[in-house]
Amino acid sequence: MTGNLVRRASPMLAGAGFVLAALLTQAAAQEDLRIGIIAPMTGPFAQVGTDKTNGFKMYLDQTNSTFAGAKVTPIIEDSQGKPDTAVTKARKLILEDHVQLLVGGVLAPEGYALAPVSTAEKTVYIASVPAADDLTQRQLGSYPYFIRSSWTSSQPNHPLGQWACDQGYKKIAVVAADYAFGYESVGGFQKAFEDCGGKIIQKMWPPLGAKDFGPYIPQIKPDADAVYSLMVGPMPLQFPKQLRDSGYTKAIIGGGTSYDESVLPFMGDEVIGDVSSLQYSAGLDTPQNAAFVKSFRAKYGKVPSYFSESNYTTAMMIDMVMKDSGGKFPGPEVFIAKMQALKVDAPRGPVSFDDMRNPIQDIYIKKVEKTTMFGYDKPELWNVVIKTYPAVSQFWTYGKDKFLQQPVYSRDFPPCKYCE
Amino acid sequence: MSSARSKVLTVIVVLASIALAIPHTSSFIILLMTRALAFSILVMSLDLLLGFTGLASLGQAAYLGIGAYLTAILAARYQIGMGYDFWIVVALGMIGGALLAAVFGLLALRATGVYFLMITLALGQCVWGLAYRWNSLTGGDNGINLQHRPKFGIDLANEVTFFYFVFALFGVSLAIMYTLVRSPFGRSLVGIRESELRMKVLGYNTWLHKYLAFIIAGAFGGLSGVLWAETAGIVSPENVVLTTSVDALLMAVLGGAGTLVGGVIGAGVVLLIREYLSTLVHWWQYVLGGVYVLVILYLPGGLMSIPQRLRQSRSLRKQSVNTDKLVSATH
Repeated sequence: MTGNLVRRASPMLAGAGFVLAALLTQAAAQEDLRIGIIAPMTGPFAQVGTDKTNGFKMYLDQTNSTFAGAKVTPIIEDSQGKPDTAVTKARKLILEDHVQLLVGGVLAPEGYALAPVSTAEKTVYIASVPAADDLTQRQLGSYPYFIRSSWTSSQPNHPLGQWACDQGYKKIAVVAADYAFGYESVGGFQKAFEDCGGKIIQKMWPPLGAKDFGPYIPQIKPDADAVYSLMVGPMPLQFPKQLRDSGYTKAIIGGGTSYDESVLPFMGDEVIGDVSSLQYSAGLDTPQNAAFVKSFRAKYGKVPSYFSESNYTTAMMIDMVMKDSGGKFPGPEVFIAKMQALKVDAPRGPVSFDDMRNPIQDIYIKKVEKTTMFGYDKPELWNVVIKTYPAVSQFWTYGKDKFLQQPVYSRDFPPCKYCE
Repeated sequence: MSSARSKVLTVIVVLASIALAIPHTSSFIILLMTRALAFSILVMSLDLLLGFTGLASLGQAAYLGIGAYLTAILAARYQIGMGYDFWIVVALGMIGGALLAAVFGLLALRATGVYFLMITLALGQCVWGLAYRWNSLTGGDNGINLQHRPKFGIDLANEVTFFYFVFALFGVSLAIMYTLVRSPFGRSLVGIRESELRMKVLGYNTWLHKYLAFIIAGAFGGLSGVLWAETAGIVSPENVVLTTSVDALLMAVLGGAGTLVGGVIGAGVVLLIREYLSTLVHWWQYVLGGVYVLVILYLPGGLMSIPQRLRQSRSLRKQSVNTDKLVSATH
């Protein structure tokens, strides 16, 4: 008898459950400015996701969550590092929470996944981390509501290639993570380095997330003057350590993520002297950055990484656009146009935008040193800036038209002419 | 009314009421349920192997991958599948899944038990490797975007329409698979699960039976992939990673292996926790883990065994009451 009852009642119960869920989700009311933040908060990229959202939150705390009188409500959603989950969450943010702005994604695939959503739903999407070159290059035309506040993968690597050439390195071996971000970073480095007369004599691609470089290190060609590494996530903690342990004494240089402050505090003294390039360094010695580092560290107990700075600056940019619009969200088209016209004085230095909606910014060549900075009394590892390339665009010195004629950097482009 | 027929009726009533209730919920719930239904076709296809044939495959994501990549590549490169020709894509997805399974089956079915599991795992990883490395075709880890959903008489870009579309294909898949497992062919699969040796002795070509089941499962996996690609509009190697296969396996067990329809319950519960609960609380992973552990400890038959469990405990109670009476009567 009860069995029949349960059986009969179960459809009704299911229905009631869904209705309840619907009511719960519709209970939230409209506010002045709602910002959806998508970041991996679980999984292997959770640390990066936390660094990122902390940067954004800190700016909100400093401004009391009010941009030009508009109350700002951030809604953080976990993408779990999966592109299709990022899309589902973005739809939720747009359709249920009625956010006017989407900020975030970390991995390049998340950026590629979210950009079409912004087009379909006519919602501004600010990529505050995803660095996939083509989003602001060959594919920008499909994404009218897309703007980037961070960087393209190859942007800091062009100057590094030039710098390496200026140091007199002739031959360099590359060890880089086997995915699009790795290809684009290496591509930029190789292009600039070889245009200046250097030779990339070897490219090795360990899989993304590799933790043992034993199979790769013995293969590094002995006639290379230096090794260029591009590591991400947990990879950088192993690579320089294993390479130095093997007795390697020549220079190691690398892309920004090989030494950025999301990993540097966890590294040992063996990385002292290694050189990398990025649009930000926590060791950038300017009063504005000193203030940023100190307050971030006081709040979150950790030196900010570029993930934090990029999102702090993104919040600042949104604030500036809101001030310019009198505290009212001006609609997606105008928002994009106004943001693109900004001249921002960020912790990373002066930032403006090119006509492809990617930042033009200073690129820093940084050397890891053990030193004291900003009045902290203990000597620590810092990315000390040794050279600044001012106002670098994503097209380096090649010019937009000429640059866009070549294909996007990939595993096979530029071809490895000098590899044996 | 036989118990099998009443069970079928209950399932139909529950599914129909869900279908009627969903469009009145929020758009996010509609999206999630669409995803759950699309994925549950994969889970059911795996259940065909796991629950009925006794083959625990850890490479089912490969077939989802074939269907999904086929859809994305045809749409993004050749503009095929944007109108009525979407049905061709559906057919191709199923054929692709079946063909891949036909190849993989030749390799995997030479082994049984944990070795079968290992081989399917390895084959699944091969597909992942291809998706990840064959940049010119698959876009590498950036994946492929689908710009629009197809439009043919009905516009699948509408979330409710798309929900009903997926629901219909899910219903058809469920009906076909249910018919299949109730057929003599399905009975012999169960026979193989229980004792392959005995079936061999009885004169059944057990290898061929398993091979056919493997191919059919591959075809439905392909169908699931076609729909899965359209739910999120992006296909990336993340869809074919090992965890997708593991998810399918866990969902099948969670819902109840050997029940088919348990697949949709498993998929629904897991996706609701992972994609809905995660918007509400940040400790959703503990809930998901807890659900898995509790179900496996206390409901080895999965969530679908709850009604049976209730009935059992009631009849046990009745029995104990009866024995009590008996005891008191003798005294």
